[in-house]
Amino acid sequence: MGEEPLVRWDWIGRNLPVLRELLVDNAVMALVPVLAGLLLALPLGLAGVRWRRLYQPTVGVMNVVYSLPSLAVFIVLIPITGLATRLTVMVPLTFYAMAVLVPAVVDGLAAVPDHVRQSAVAMGFTPLRRLLQVELPIAVPVVLAGLRVATVSSVSLVSVGALVGRGGLGYLFIDGWQRQFPTPIIVGIVLIVLLAGIADLLLVGAQRLLTPWAGSRTRRRA
Amino acid sequence: MITFDGVTKRYAGGTVAVDDLGLEVPTGEITVFVGPSGCGKTTSLRMINRMVDPTGGRVLLDGVDVTTIDPPTLRRGIGYVIQQAGLFPHRKVVDNVATVPRLLGWERRRARARAMELLERVGLDAALADRYPFQLSGGQQQRVGVARALAADPPVLLMDEPFSAVDPVVRASLQDELLRLQAELRKTIVFVTHDIDEAIKLGDRVAVLRVGGRLAQLDAPARLLAEPADDFVREFLGRDRGIRLLSFVPSGDLPLRTDLTVPVSTTASARGTAEPWLALVDDGGRPLGWIAPRSLPDSGTPADVRPEPYGTFVRGRDPLRSVLDAALLSPSGHAIAVDESGRVEGVVTREALDAALARATGDARG
Amino acid sequence: MNWLIEFLGDPANWTGADGVPARLLEHLEFAGLSLLLAMAVAVPLGLWIGHTGRGALLVVLSANAARALPTLGLLVLIVLLMGVGTIVPVLIPLVALAVPPILVNAYEGVRGVDPELRDAAYGMGLRGRQVLFGVLVPVALPLILLGLRTAAIQVVATATVAAYVGLGGLGRYVIDGLATQDYPRAVGGAVLVAGLALAVQGLFAILSRISVSPGVSRRPGIR
Repeated sequence: MGEEPLVRWDWIGRNLPVLRELLVDNAVMALVPVLAGLLLALPLGLAGVRWRRLYQPTVGVMNVVYSLPSLAVFIVLIPITGLATRLTVMVPLTFYAMAVLVPAVVDGLAAVPDHVRQSAVAMGFTPLRRLLQVELPIAVPVVLAGLRVATVSSVSLVSVGALVGRGGLGYLFIDGWQRQFPTPIIVGIVLIVLLAGIADLLLVGAQRLLTPWAGSRTRRRA
Repeated sequence: MITFDGVTKRYAGGTVAVDDLGLEVPTGEITVFVGPSGCGKTTSLRMINRMVDPTGGRVLLDGVDVTTIDPPTLRRGIGYVIQQAGLFPHRKVVDNVATVPRLLGWERRRARARAMELLERVGLDAALADRYPFQLSGGQQQRVGVARALAADPPVLLMDEPFSAVDPVVRASLQDELLRLQAELRKTIVFVTHDIDEAIKLGDRVAVLRVGGRLAQLDAPARLLAEPADDFVREFLGRDRGIRLLSFVPSGDLPLRTDLTVPVSTTASARGTAEPWLALVDDGGRPLGWIAPRSLPDSGTPADVRPEPYGTFVRGRDPLRSVLDAALLSPSGHAIAVDESGRVEGVVTREALDAALARATGDARG
Repeated sequence: MNWLIEFLGDPANWTGADGVPARLLEHLEFAGLSLLLAMAVAVPLGLWIGHTGRGALLVVLSANAARALPTLGLLVLIVLLMGVGTIVPVLIPLVALAVPPILVNAYEGVRGVDPELRDAAYGMGLRGRQVLFGVLVPVALPLILLGLRTAAIQVVATATVAAYVGLGGLGRYVIDGLATQDYPRAVGGAVLVAGLALAVQGLFAILSRISVSPGVSRRPGIR
């Protein structure tokens, strides 16, 4: 690179509008699948707890889904969802989010102590109210831990979509590579890490709000 | 012998778990540490095998300060049993028991043979040896825990609330088993519990500790019951101390009357007797109950009436408490003495029992 | 489906430097080396942190941060700065990808062992090392293997992007296929990578069956 600086700050200044657009695109393509994944994982997880026999097969399928390379899935989806569309990227990311969240929901519900469940039954909770008012709230810390993993991974995975023409901030990697110009690549990495970090912090904040009873550390100390 | 010499454990935060503890644990006896939670009983126990080191004073094992011994070496010579047994889930029962012998360098076959021997000794079927811990009941797991602690034949055994996680019936049988084993093995045992009844049942000597880690009283159980050192010990011992004390008074020297029994098959009228109650005995010599001769029909035999309830005790084996219990269960107020096989030996009358009770409480007061 | 048959059915795709066997070997080289390197770092570190309790915060923070790092961006940046003389540039992002799951699971696995068990092990006179390798590791093995499996699958899947910067591996078909609008080739490559990932999954299932004690894996109440 010679005397060329690693980061050319003026490039950033000139491209702010594009960067903002890519950031928003990246955020949308990362977060919508996590939300969709959560909405799908809740009923599946509940079913897995209610009918224990369903759990192993569900997790098996999720493991298989999780092991599919994102790029491979993008490509196979192109004929169905189109090249360079958001959908092509968001569909596989939804499945990845589910793969993380279904076990999290099951583990979270399994973490509800039996004596708590029993006393809720004894107090006359109907199954639905017991689920909504007792079991799900207690499962929140575990589910949120899964949600954090899913969110951070999703933000970063979107960039692979750049190889099929739609990758949010990942576009900067392709752009930098093709022009042999490191600034956009570095900016892309930093923005992705920042986006993931902010999303993660928001989730930590949500956990504090939702589960004040868990204290600042939900971990049990030996 | 284990000696606590002015032992103190103060944690970094300033809390004192054990405060200037001084006592001796005699060789070959069971010494029980008992007290409410926070009294430092477990900490005291764990200072013997250096799971915790004291911040003041010394713990001596046969005169040697334990802190001068390398902890793993020390621990391999001391059996250790804890509440949930702490069995290694990835090892079969037999390999769990063989752990310490293997650590000591025993050959695998010898260690396993020793393990099998111990499983039998603690009353476990040899078929369980190849199972994994999760396939055992809580009581069985606890027996394996005891076998594992005994595997290398250590002279000292530390037991930290070993039976508190099992149900009362299983717990009682584990306690009996421990006493039976101890009669054979004569180990130096330190036993921690929060259950005063367990302490009194098992201990040759009982150390009552109070919150803050101070020794409140160290005495034989009978003495503890008869003469609690202060209000704390009295309260901790709970109610019925007098009756529980009778558990330590033997019944062997009680006078027996053999003229108060009547066989069920007799044809002679029992009405001739002046006694208000007679113990009815079957042809095998076993008790059937009490009958009141005056309520018998004129021409009837004892077989014609329904006998009243009764209680028995084994003379010589059961303590005075069982005699009192047997007497209270009978409308006659007398207790039926039987031998080990359940055959009637005679009757202890209420009067004889009263005299014995009076003597017993007098003795206990010293 | 027809594309798949078109690609895999063509004998030309099975020989030579661009043949499936050669590309598969390259792919396995990238993935295998990265995984070994990551294991060499993360397994001892995770076990040590879980055993001693020191540095637990480091695990949580680094794992989250590493998950956020985009592999593609890291790869093109490193290649741009270092050139593509060796396979080192592709190893760095793949190792960064593999370390967090291995580290976190080894740590959580060891730390999560019932404290009573640890107490019993020390109480019987096992030394620190014997407690770790004789008791904690065998009991934590399911979680440790889970971390390795997750890392292996991610590495196999992500090694595909190495082709974007001109390196080999099964990703070659995907990238070349995309560049030349040769869909059969792109889909064929994608399916091969997916198949490889599933094979890794299966391998780990077998590995865990033979290495985890039945006393641990069949315990009720344990995932």
